[in-house]
Amino acid sequence: MTLKLTSMAVAAVMAASPVLADLVFPSMSYRTGPYAAGGIPFADGYADYFTMLNARDGGIGGVMTAVPECETGYNTEKGVECYESLKGGGGLVYQPLSTGITYQLIPKTTADDIPMHTMGYGRTSAKNGEVFTHTFNYPANYWDGASGAINYLLAENGGDLNGKKIALVYHNSAYGKEPIRTLTELSAKHGFEFKEVPVDHPGQEQKSQWLQIRRDKPDYVIMYGWGVMNQVAIQEAANIRFPMENFIGVWWSGSENDVLAAGDAANGYKALTFHGVGSDFPVFADIQTHVVDAGNAAGAGDQIGTVLYNRGLYAAMLAAEAAKTAQEIHGVAQINASQMRDGMEALEITEEKMAALGLPNFGPSFKVSCQNHGGDGMVGVTQWDASTKTWSLISDFAATDKELIDGLIAEDSAAYASENNITPECK
Amino acid sequence: MFYREAGDFSTTYAEDQQTFPIKFDRYRYYLVLFIAIFVVPFALNDYWVNSLLLPFLIYAIAALGLNILVGYCGQVSLGTGGFMAVGAYSCYKFMTGVDIWWGGELLFRLPEFNIFFSVIMGGVMTALVGVLFGLPSLRIKGFYLAVATLAAQFFLVWLFNRVSWFYNYSASGQISAPERDLFGILITGPSTTPWATYLFCLFFTIVSAYVARNLTRGASGRKWMAIRDMDIAAEIIGVNPLRAKLTAFMVSSFFIGISGALFFSVYLGAVEVGEAFGIQKSFLVLFMIIIGGLGSIFGSFAGAAFLVLLPVALKVVGVDWFGWPTDIVAHLNLVVVGFLIIVFLIAEPHGINQLWRVAKEKLRLWPFPH
Repeated sequence: MTLKLTSMAVAAVMAASPVLADLVFPSMSYRTGPYAAGGIPFADGYADYFTMLNARDGGIGGVMTAVPECETGYNTEKGVECYESLKGGGGLVYQPLSTGITYQLIPKTTADDIPMHTMGYGRTSAKNGEVFTHTFNYPANYWDGASGAINYLLAENGGDLNGKKIALVYHNSAYGKEPIRTLTELSAKHGFEFKEVPVDHPGQEQKSQWLQIRRDKPDYVIMYGWGVMNQVAIQEAANIRFPMENFIGVWWSGSENDVLAAGDAANGYKALTFHGVGSDFPVFADIQTHVVDAGNAAGAGDQIGTVLYNRGLYAAMLAAEAAKTAQEIHGVAQINASQMRDGMEALEITEEKMAALGLPNFGPSFKVSCQNHGGDGMVGVTQWDASTKTWSLISDFAATDKELIDGLIAEDSAAYASENNITPECK
Repeated sequence: MFYREAGDFSTTYAEDQQTFPIKFDRYRYYLVLFIAIFVVPFALNDYWVNSLLLPFLIYAIAALGLNILVGYCGQVSLGTGGFMAVGAYSCYKFMTGVDIWWGGELLFRLPEFNIFFSVIMGGVMTALVGVLFGLPSLRIKGFYLAVATLAAQFFLVWLFNRVSWFYNYSASGQISAPERDLFGILITGPSTTPWATYLFCLFFTIVSAYVARNLTRGASGRKWMAIRDMDIAAEIIGVNPLRAKLTAFMVSSFFIGISGALFFSVYLGAVEVGEAFGIQKSFLVLFMIIIGGLGSIFGSFAGAAFLVLLPVALKVVGVDWFGWPTDIVAHLNLVVVGFLIIVFLIAEPHGINQLWRVAKEKLRLWPFPH
């Protein structure tokens, strides 16, 4: 009991943290724990982009940016602690990079009037902005991923998947279970046979799953994995001599970390993406001059140009553009979280805008609206070349099965609305 | 000087047998209760409650429960995470209305329970499950029992991941606590006020500690301790091992279930069984009681405080004061906590509770130690 009192003294000091006169983009990162290999490059990319904006443009609209970090370790309890402590610093938008933490923060951020951006993860039906007013998941979501993979396979097979067998190897958590419903519907629509193969956290042991795959002999394997599970799966696939070009990972299973461990055996492995790969974009020259050469690179500075670094960079770019939009709408430079939400809802990314930012063709162009918080779900496919150790885009950003996904989203968001007594409306 | 029983006369047996026989100690206890109930709720914000107080109170209940089983009855258990999951999922089912199916048809649906009774039902269901998994303890002991409870841990987590009935068939397999109130005051959901959730958990913590304290110093507690100290001798003097062990499992699981229910509904609001109630949770609570002190009520609180508050305090010092990189602090945290655990186990194998007891002894003699 006495320990509790001392703890309060500690907490009192914490509560007195200064209010920053910056645009605050908190980074809920994980540089430790079982998923650190994925968390580090994302956090580095996110931080470096804002550092570059500060050095090159003097912030956004004349206001400097700040990126306070908080280590979640991909753990929901620490995520709660991080959210509460970062909230005191006046964060504009939260990007938890964890589906579990996202589920927790959806109601909390809505109650606190702070937007959350879950880019390519989180709750898919948050695309329906009338129900999920403060959650955004543009430019693509898990169900777009599932449909994008099937569309790609359809194109490869001349539009016919009848009688094919497709297995889904997934992380047995909220994240991995997301695409099951979509794939089940798609299998009924296109006539392929769908098999689920769950892998428990953290996924270091997958012998039995791949034995099952060897026995079932699916034509294609789709993977929704994260962290060490990806490496192990690719290694196991190589061990049973599963053809790599028939193995497609979602965007969270398609980084350098996942394929490098398997060496040459990973050659030809494919992964979905919603943004460009490689460092062949003008913006990287600016990052080199203003961030790396100035000695301000986040982390070890060795991640630049990797897939997940680019994703962090892309998330930062979208957040910065949304902040600009919010500044235009409200006519103030020092926006607050509520105004940031309006900016995100009015965000429009065009080809010209991306080219002006030094990121030509980096991602799809899309427009966010109140009804659509998820963009247009354009999904591309990348392939790993083990000899040059590079990912390359082999199929350009293409549309997904909008009709089917929108139906599922309407159904799931309606269920959420009725559970939580939300009347769908535009804010 | 302090803690002096001189001049402190007991004139009835009840006075002599109370939990805090020394007047100074008793008043300190009342003062702590007074501050916790009447002062703290007025000086709270979201950060204090959600980051420090709720996890502390909830883990304290879990530690109390496990301490009854391990510390008082001597039955090693590694199933705490699984039992907390039972509490959480029962609470969820009762607060959303339990639906019973037979042959693909909905037989009937219980009305939705109030959040208070949902939490209690979380405890009751866990007590039943605990008794079930306690049965092997009649035949196996020590490490072998630990392995049997480990099986419970993995089985329960697998069950809640596998059977979609437990999470009401949601697509993601997560359970989310809907908004619920008690006397019109919101207890769960995003719009709760800090003081309401704090007092709700504090109520359960105080009642649990009170019940645990009085059970452990009564007949049943003495039976548990007899079993712990030497089960054959206990059996010879007339303690029924079946009853003693199973009641220990039942009471312990009840508290752990309550803490699991609060953990899910009030503290986190949404959980995923593998992530929230994995084997790490079992170890965490076990470390709490080992560090706090086996077989002591105060030790359960001290251990929970140590393992909940220390990481936060280290983070505040490292990141907010010194501005070190977050990953360094996170790694440092592991090092420091691990180091302190070793220091505690070497310097004071009986835990923080023993330190507290020694400090009290010293204070009694102060300022004239002999």
